Amino acid sequence: MNAPVEAYIALSSILFFIGIVGVIARRNPLIQLMSVELLFNSANLALVTFARTWGNNVGHIFAFLVITVAAAEAAIGLAIVAIVFRKTTFVDVDEVATLKG
Amino acid sequence: MIGFGLLAIALVASAIFVVTAKKPVYSVVGLLVNFIALAITYLTLHAEFLAVMQIVVYSGAILILFVFVIALLSSGVKPFAQGPDKAPRILVPALVCGTVGVVAVIIASMQTRFAPEAIYGLVGQADVFGSVSDFGSALFHHHLLPFEVTAFVLMVAIIGVVLLAGDDVPPQRRRKRAREPIARPDREPIAR
Repeated sequence: MNAPVEAYIALSSILFFIGIVGVIARRNPLIQLMSVELLFNSANLALVTFARTWGNNVGHIFAFLVITVAAAEAAIGLAIVAIVFRKTTFVDVDEVATLKG
Repeated sequence: MIGFGLLAIALVASAIFVVTAKKPVYSVVGLLVNFIALAITYLTLHAEFLAVMQIVVYSGAILILFVFVIALLSSGVKPFAQGPDKAPRILVPALVCGTVGVVAVIIASMQTRFAPEAIYGLVGQADVFGSVSDFGSALFHHHLLPFEVTAFVLMVAIIGVVLLAGDDVPPQRRRKRAREPIARPDREPIAR
């Protein structure tokens, strides 16, 4: 299974693009958070690919830290979604404009 | 190469399913497929420890969190499960810009010269690139400070989540309420 590096990078950029479209176009906050997870995953794929290419495992360390930060981000984001939903039952993130100046 | 093609198809299809699914629960299923396919892709890149971490942390912890929140929020609330599915005006410009960006990245990566691939041993062998011992020695010998900073980040996240999702009663009132005698409805009032 020896695909070239360019194929992995292309796959990573395509996944990143799909995630960005999900964040921009969807209005459901949970699906937006899942699209953010897609973004993290595509960045991790690029990191692991370059680590393999250069034979240097710093990319693995970096991807590990990204996974940890993604876990923290998901926990806090879901807590915010839960607490906002408890006050006002929203389905659209555009309706949540309490902090609008 | 065939294996990589299958993995790429699975990854892209599940990602598109995550973005276009009608309900968040369907998105979670697509995300699960995406994570597992990505773990297999990590295995093909000699990142065994990361593949295991991908399955344990993402499919085990984060997805369960998503499922719990969906189950808690959407119980008895109909519109949340459905969600607003109107395509906004920004969708077409986003598609165009994103396609241009992806093509640019692909062309740029084709014109870049990467280092020649070395042979790192078989997947599953100890003491080679990407194995658990390799990863652990790199993490604890050379990158100990980022590891500890990560622990701090996780602690801040835990404290933040507890503060956010905790009781709405501020601590002073809660203490005052705890000092009040507990009402006993089953007992008759003494002085009437």
